[in-house]
Amino acid sequence: MRLRQGIVAQSIFFTAAAIVALSTAALLLFTGSRGLAVFGYMNPAEFFLSGSWNQNDENFGVLPLLAGSLLTVGLALLISGPLALGVSIFMVEIAPEPVRRVMRTVVELFAALPSVIYGLLGLTLVVPWVRESFGGGLGKGILAASIVLVFMTQPTIVSIAEDALRALPESLREGALAVGATRWQMIWRVLLPAARPGLITAVVLGTGRAVGETIAVQMVIGNITSRMPKSLLTGATTMPAAIVTQLPEATSPEHRAALIMVAFLLLVITFSLIAAVRAAGSRGKARPTTRRRPSPAAQTAAVKGGD
Amino acid sequence: MDASTPSATTMTVKDTSLFYGGFRAVKDINLHFRPHAVTAIIGSSGCGKSTMLRSLNRINDRVNGFRVEGTISLGDQDVYAPTTDVVDLRRRVGMVFQRPNPFPMSIFDNVAFGLTLYAPPKRADLEMMVETALRASALWGEVKDKLRRPATELSGGQQQRLCIARAIATRPDVLLMDEPCSALDPISTLKVEELIAELKRSYTVVIVTHNMQQAARASDVTVMMNMDEADRAGHVIEVGATDDIFTNPQHPQTEAYVSGRFG
Repeated sequence: MRLRQGIVAQSIFFTAAAIVALSTAALLLFTGSRGLAVFGYMNPAEFFLSGSWNQNDENFGVLPLLAGSLLTVGLALLISGPLALGVSIFMVEIAPEPVRRVMRTVVELFAALPSVIYGLLGLTLVVPWVRESFGGGLGKGILAASIVLVFMTQPTIVSIAEDALRALPESLREGALAVGATRWQMIWRVLLPAARPGLITAVVLGTGRAVGETIAVQMVIGNITSRMPKSLLTGATTMPAAIVTQLPEATSPEHRAALIMVAFLLLVITFSLIAAVRAAGSRGKARPTTRRRPSPAAQTAAVKGGD
Repeated sequence: MDASTPSATTMTVKDTSLFYGGFRAVKDINLHFRPHAVTAIIGSSGCGKSTMLRSLNRINDRVNGFRVEGTISLGDQDVYAPTTDVVDLRRRVGMVFQRPNPFPMSIFDNVAFGLTLYAPPKRADLEMMVETALRASALWGEVKDKLRRPATELSGGQQQRLCIARAIATRPDVLLMDEPCSALDPISTLKVEELIAELKRSYTVVIVTHNMQQAARASDVTVMMNMDEADRAGHVIEVGATDDIFTNPQHPQTEAYVSGRFG
């Protein structure tokens, strides 16, 4: 009887795992095959190297989209990473318990806000601010999108970094203090290096969230695909923003294939980020003193939930 | 005073009670920790001996609600005076913990850690100081060829000796040890005990231990603590030369404890 239950349970889990694996494979296969069809219309060099994406000329160069994504995400992470790290250090090492609890709630609230709300706030607060502070143009562009992404990535990075720091054994802190380290020396020289795998994971997952973010970015970036981004203040686009803007109006098969190819690239980037997280995670496992980091499965779930 | 020679200093505890919030965990302690001697604090679990030890270098300040009444002094310095620099105090009163807690960095960097916190010495001096500390903790021979390897690769016993090296590298005046062998195998325990006997030449050593044989073997003075059944506060039952405590205890509770009848 027990044996049979075991077999039933095992086959249920096996089926579930198979469904996940198959749907992932199907996703890659679908976007891959439909996307790669774009090379039936244009050669890969043109797709990857042309600095213009213009549906009227049927010219689809992915560079403006890639550059837009890279700049937006890069700038956002440059601000967001250190900021989130500071916040999590404050929460774990400095803030008294009641303050920490309030901050934790705020972080969770931020995480739960729908993208469109971030976009709306970006449109009504950030865009006018950028327009007035830096002058010229509409205020929509890479800078505005980056600022929105800074806020959107905070909850992801803060919560994972906070977990990583909190998971460090108290004995490390006491050990550092006992040889005469100040609190800051303890944090900089012992805790941060010890938590490094978890902190890297936090930033990578934040990057995943930023790379995949669609609606909020689309609302504030101006959606200019026809040329390379000229400055941080003028209109540009990102890969997901371009897809969501153009796919509903893409009538030609060439245009559709090009957009699906962009989606395929996006998938490849996201999967690479997950791989990076796994690599950082397994490096951490080699060190017995950095215990109880989020499991790889939880990390992967966070990447997938983050776009 | 030459900074390179430790100056074993007396620690004195006078009319001291220790509190966690409203709970008095330890009461009415009067103790005197002699330089160049090992003082062992023994007693059953929960009698407050770790709390006592952890109040000497104020590492227990981190515990919410922890409070001290009375006077603890290092030499003539009041440990809990508002003017006391806690960081400086901890540099003078080193500590080794129950479980080895090496930092996730190289063996060398672990020992050098305390030395590089303020006015880092020149590289050559630093290397010499690290070697001295590792020799003093009887670990040099085992690690001299792998100083750059992560400390976490060492065995538990080696890690604990590394932590001792880290604690003595900065040449403190007093060395506190909180059940330093409780996580070690018998052979490692023996090595650490030999080391403790060696260390008292230079330091004032205070060790908390559960292990009667260890107290008997390694200490000069023994402090017997126990919990007062009436108010559940730990207090000192008896203090004396270790030989006397183990062969001729004055108090029936001490006699019962050292002969293994309770605890």
